[in-house]
Amino acid sequence: MTEIEEIKTNINEDLMILTGNHAAAHAFRQAKVGVISAYPITPQSPVVEKIAEFISEGKLKARFVKVESEHSALAVCCAASATGSRVGTATSAHGLELMYEMLPWAAGNRLPIIINLATRSLGAPWSVWTDHSDFITIRDVGWIQFMCENNQEIYDTNFQAFKIAEDPRVFLPVIVAYDGYILSHTMMPVKLENQEKIDEFLPPLKHHINLSDITQVKGIDPVTTPHVIKRAEGTAPGYYEYRYALQKSLESSIDIIKEVHDEFARKFGRSYGNGIYKTVQTEDADTIIYAMGSVASQARVAIKQLRKEGIKIGILSLKLFRPYPWDDLREFFKNIENVIVFDRDIGYGYEGVLSYELKSALYGLKDRPNIKGFIVGLGGRDVTTEHITTGVHRALNEFKQGLSTNKTDFLGLKLDELYDYDESTYFTRG
Amino acid sequence: MDLPEEEFIYPGTRACAGCGMALIYRIALKALGAKTLVTVPASCLTVLHGMQGFCSTKVSVYHTPFATTGASASGILASLEDKGLADEIIVLAFAGDGGTTDIGIQALSGAAERGTNFIYACYDNEAYMNTGVQRSGSTPLGVRTTTTPEGKDVHKKNMPKILEAHGIPYVATANAAYPLDLFEKFKRAKEVKGPKYMHILSPCPPGWGYEPKDTILIGRLANETGFWPLYEVINGKFELSKPSKKYLDSSKRKPITDYLKSQKRFKFIDETTRKIYEEYIEHVWNEIKGRLENQ
Amino acid sequence: MTDSKKDYQKILGSVQKPVIGEAGETGTWSPKKPIIDLSKCIPVKSRKPSCFNCWLYCPEAVIMRSIPPKIDLIHCKGCGICMEECPVKAITMEEVKSE
Repeated sequence: MTEIEEIKTNINEDLMILTGNHAAAHAFRQAKVGVISAYPITPQSPVVEKIAEFISEGKLKARFVKVESEHSALAVCCAASATGSRVGTATSAHGLELMYEMLPWAAGNRLPIIINLATRSLGAPWSVWTDHSDFITIRDVGWIQFMCENNQEIYDTNFQAFKIAEDPRVFLPVIVAYDGYILSHTMMPVKLENQEKIDEFLPPLKHHINLSDITQVKGIDPVTTPHVIKRAEGTAPGYYEYRYALQKSLESSIDIIKEVHDEFARKFGRSYGNGIYKTVQTEDADTIIYAMGSVASQARVAIKQLRKEGIKIGILSLKLFRPYPWDDLREFFKNIENVIVFDRDIGYGYEGVLSYELKSALYGLKDRPNIKGFIVGLGGRDVTTEHITTGVHRALNEFKQGLSTNKTDFLGLKLDELYDYDESTYFTRG
Repeated sequence: MDLPEEEFIYPGTRACAGCGMALIYRIALKALGAKTLVTVPASCLTVLHGMQGFCSTKVSVYHTPFATTGASASGILASLEDKGLADEIIVLAFAGDGGTTDIGIQALSGAAERGTNFIYACYDNEAYMNTGVQRSGSTPLGVRTTTTPEGKDVHKKNMPKILEAHGIPYVATANAAYPLDLFEKFKRAKEVKGPKYMHILSPCPPGWGYEPKDTILIGRLANETGFWPLYEVINGKFELSKPSKKYLDSSKRKPITDYLKSQKRFKFIDETTRKIYEEYIEHVWNEIKGRLENQ
Repeated sequence: MTDSKKDYQKILGSVQKPVIGEAGETGTWSPKKPIIDLSKCIPVKSRKPSCFNCWLYCPEAVIMRSIPPKIDLIHCKGCGICMEECPVKAITMEEVKSE
């Protein structure tokens, strides 16, 4: 069979060529989300545009609340979820930051809300291009966070996200993230699944609050004191107990995330590693590149060259960023010699978030791998194969010399091109 | 007395003795009935509802962060519409003046602009009372609060006018001291489709500085001095409410000093400010006269 | 998966169910309580539902629209609004000594 014939026989009618944004929109459509509220922001706007198109064409029966800000967008989602509907929204960067007040609110109320995040760098200065800074800023509020590498993964992860979020053992909000422009605006083949199969996989939501049932009078998220309140009518937990429950549910959701991933793989024939992370050529590797999203995708190209050099190198592409898969990562890295981390973000004042979180996870291991972190691609600066190979070489060199530091090491800066730039004289010169 | 006997608030709430808001909420729920979902931002009303585990109301309440009341109501309504229950269940947003005129104004404006079918009731105790009497956008001129110890130097925001400008079908002012009028307005609002806004004067004993037993008296003085005219704007048509009709005649109005002397919060009002109040009241009623004549 | 729930699985979001006296016996907030002089009270005198201003203006819903109006003294905060609004001054606020 010629290559063309092989492609032709493999072409599926359900195979569409979609941008990441549209893949997310299709996922919302097929998940039969009941209330969507969203606000336009680059590079996410096509998600809400496509959803509006679906609704006006009658392909999606949902209430689309066209709110006046992202803060209101998540507030609408929270209230609609508490009233008992399946809800979702999409945003980026400053939109996510504007939603920040509502993020712990959604987690604390245990609302199964899905946010699709087209990642984008945070200003100042203004930037519409991708990096993972917005994704990592929300890591402490109690949301489940996924990072995707391709558009099929965006589509698939959304269904898994709804199923995980709405599982009665979980009831937590979920963010599904993907790189702005690199995935959000790039077209890739995405197989859309049969609606009946999706319905089998994702049954209707049975919300634990459901205010729409007014026969059951409930007060939702009142002022909650530090004390346990005991009276004749019953006992109520204190704030500490509610937050304990949130943390423990996050920790135990990892098993359910794996469970749902495996069920999806069995039903639809596509898997993403073990649902927590994906590996590339790690079976015989003693050196691992640790990254997520677009950086991991670039690393897949880079290791071809590095392998040719004889380095036994593989990739661990992190998919589940929160809850932090502490056990799984410790198990994976305990026999690894070298880890080179590429962060498309910085925990400012410290170092790349993937880097220092991995170091803290491996603390206590008898034999710890050498770990070095690099910063790459902030503000959408292209992450190239050269950056990754340079980083690996530099790291391996430093490991040989026994050096270790937490100081950030940037790859891809163009400071040499700025030899004549000085802001203090910028406006005075001719 | 054609108000229903059924109470929707149980006795023994955390509201202060003589709280104007407690009376307003009680009357509002009587008018709207059991098939109501309420959303409440951070406010004194949050406290009235009670601490964790146990609440004081017979209707479900969704507490929401300070800035989000309008959005929260939009969300509840969207879910009800999605489930096909929007015709059966009323969505009521109940917020204080801080959560309406200041931090909540964006969400309220958005909800009004979208034509959201809900009732937004702002109980106006003219300061951030829940956090200890700080000034809000709704605090009148010259009032002493903890953040304006010499008296507020700017006028109060006219929220009913702002909502009128959104072109919504029902805007009304009301007063805790006139519960029958309040009841009728909520009943009328219930029948209107689209955004409904009620701005209700809510006298506050600790915040305004008077004895709890005088809540109704002081609320009544606000109307009798012409300071708080009661009216409705139904589809753009202005209607003065019965308790305020006689004050079109300025000779029937009590002097504003009666109102100012009754509360400690006006203690620092000097001659100049008092004159501004008198002019302001003249101006408000001239405007009302003009509206009634020209429509 | 067993049926027994772990402790954290029984706790989700902070919720409330309705109770009377959420703030406790709020009657203890004030020693003064409203006493109705039945000889003046309009519904008592006319023996039919009428007036009931005290019921209407009570912010706490502790007055019942019965003849005579019954007041829940366990929860009455003693604000005195009923005394002010009674058109015939039938209500006085008096210190009620608990037995």
